[in-house]
Amino acid sequence: MSRTLDLNIKHLTRVEGHGNIVVNVKDGRLERCELEIVEAPRFFEAMLKGRSFHETAIITSRICGICSLGHQITSLKATEEALGLEVSEQTVLLRKLLIDGATLQSNILHTYFLAAPDFFGTTDAFKLIPTNKDVVLRALRMKRLANDIGDIVSGRAVHPITPVPGGFTKLPSESELRAIRQRLIDEGRPDMEATVDTIASVLDAVPDFTRETEYISLSHSDEYAFYDGDIFSSDTGATEVSNYRDMTNEFVVPHSTSKHCKHARESYMVGALARWNNNHTRLSEQALRVAQRLSLKPNCYNPFMNTVAQVVECYHCIEDSIAIIDTLLERGIKDEKPNQQPTRYGRGVGATEVPRGILYHEYEYDRKGNIVSADCVIPTGQNLANIDHDMKKLVPEIIDQPKEMIAKQLEMLVRAYDPCISCSVHVLNVQFIGD
Amino acid sequence: MKSAQTTPEKPKIAFFDFTSCEGCQLNKLNLENELLDILQHVELVEFREAMDGKADFYDIAFIEGSLSTPTCINRIHDIRRRSNILVALGACASIGGINSMKNLQPIETVRETVYGDEKYRFPTLPAMPVSAVVKVDYEIRGCPMSIPEFLHVLKALLMGKTPSKPDAAVCVECKLRENECLYDRGIVCLGPITLGGCEAICPSFGQFCTGCRGLVPNPNKNAMVDILTQNGLSLEEARKRFLLFNSYNAEGKSIT
Ligand code: SF4
Ligand code: SF4
Ligand code: SF4
Repeated sequence: MSRTLDLNIKHLTRVEGHGNIVVNVKDGRLERCELEIVEAPRFFEAMLKGRSFHETAIITSRICGICSLGHQITSLKATEEALGLEVSEQTVLLRKLLIDGATLQSNILHTYFLAAPDFFGTTDAFKLIPTNKDVVLRALRMKRLANDIGDIVSGRAVHPITPVPGGFTKLPSESELRAIRQRLIDEGRPDMEATVDTIASVLDAVPDFTRETEYISLSHSDEYAFYDGDIFSSDTGATEVSNYRDMTNEFVVPHSTSKHCKHARESYMVGALARWNNNHTRLSEQALRVAQRLSLKPNCYNPFMNTVAQVVECYHCIEDSIAIIDTLLERGIKDEKPNQQPTRYGRGVGATEVPRGILYHEYEYDRKGNIVSADCVIPTGQNLANIDHDMKKLVPEIIDQPKEMIAKQLEMLVRAYDPCISCSVHVLNVQFIGD
Repeated sequence: MKSAQTTPEKPKIAFFDFTSCEGCQLNKLNLENELLDILQHVELVEFREAMDGKADFYDIAFIEGSLSTPTCINRIHDIRRRSNILVALGACASIGGINSMKNLQPIETVRETVYGDEKYRFPTLPAMPVSAVVKVDYEIRGCPMSIPEFLHVLKALLMGKTPSKPDAAVCVECKLRENECLYDRGIVCLGPITLGGCEAICPSFGQFCTGCRGLVPNPNKNAMVDILTQNGLSLEEARKRFLLFNSYNAEGKSIT
């Protein structure tokens, strides 16, 4: 194994920058293996300065359209914490319903449109239309159902309108909730079963690779944590959300303008697989059954299985949505106005599990309710170091394979982490140095 | 008038993103019910959110995002040269949108905050709408762009027609929907000076308008000032809110 290999997989990220997978192997020795990131600079912290608490979430939602609901809810939680705004149980239930919808939509999008083409051996999901039209139609139907939850409860699935500090500007009607509940049962469940069949049929395409790492997620004693809980590390246990900086420890690396994070080891993983490893006992019965069928076992150390964990979560989100709507209907929707009278000012941290992992927002407000400073730590940034370390273990294991196969598996690995959609799709542009 | 049907084959359409949150592109993928139908009538040649591929010529190019680096400028010129019709999608592409808020600070300060000593390594420009650099044939406003408007424009272009443009203020659409006016609750809403076409979606969901579609062609600024003063609200607050999506050339569009 005295191979020399130079690999440079280019992908255009957001806009003001790009990222590449760079691999250099010389005489069988791995010299360099990393995901280079030159990410679009975030001016959001500067934009937020001096802004009223009524506008904070409107701005931070625009950090990422794909995760806009997650950013919005996390932002609202941080603002409410800083300003002492209590929210009602109804508000919490509706927010949880929104998170279920957004997680379902995002996981479906990733599984069907980004990961599945690899499993089916094609370049994009549209190519599946002639041969697997039912699969494409099903994917679109499930996405529509998930987005309809967002449309009904938040006015708009991309950059939601109604969630504001202290509550909602408009509430969904009971009949709208009843209708979406019926669709979750009539369409959601059967489509979910069919999705599990589809994924089960392509499981062989998931590369066999393991690297144990530290898994960090929110964790809650009563539920599979998305909205609330403590930070939990598989290495060191629980920590309060306000201490998030002790967990993220952002640091600068030369090959990435996006900061890296580490905690107990050289890197950690966030996202569906981390949530599965930390919180699987609190999943719904159906989700656990599906996990078994898809060979997802507790303490899974194969990062490629992140996509399978996402599918398992989809089932959980459908069941959880039905349960939340049942509770809301039982209690009846109360005509509440958002509580927007601050009782204090200062610092507040919000943490939420968004599809790609744990997201933190922190703000400091002055006594007028205007922003003094802001900080956001985004899941993809937290995963970068872990991706590098996975690649460093994976490359030597597959070094004897043809270059194209190595490139393909590295792309699949990055894609399994479900980074921003456009990033992961553009990893498809492969260039070999020197060819 | 330009027509999308320059070739007997299906029109080639492409989507490109610049400095943006990708929300507009995502919104388009959210056209689940219409997506397959649209795909029957067009040839999608570039759409990086969902596929890979390149083409030399586009009948219609849709652009998302604002321009904020020298690379963006070169790329947009290149796309313009190869496109018959060019459509700006969303606030970032059509009016500068949320990105242009960074223009309110001196560019040197912005660069230094982000890159420190390396400030000349990654060139940055003030965020601009596409029309600041190349000719834009149509604009679909909004943050995110409105889906019905996107469908309307696409269908019109595919039929070789000129899509109609909204010209009334958000308030007009809001009143048609018989919403309770937010000013009655003491909330600053930018509906009176903002270009409609969104069916006043925010006020219809009880939330103030943030002006994401830009100014109406002839904003009756005084009327806005009157409403504010009548309701005991500060003009400064309204001005600051207006800058959320309209900081590009803000001095020329002052509402005072
Ligand atoms: S207009 Fe809004 S939704 Fe569209 S790309 Fe810009 S920030 Fe995102
Ligand atoms: S709520 Fe806003 S848009 Fe509606 S009528 Fe009042 S000012 Fe106009
Ligand atoms: S109501 Fe105002 S902020 Fe809302 S979409 Fe319309 S123009 Fe944009």
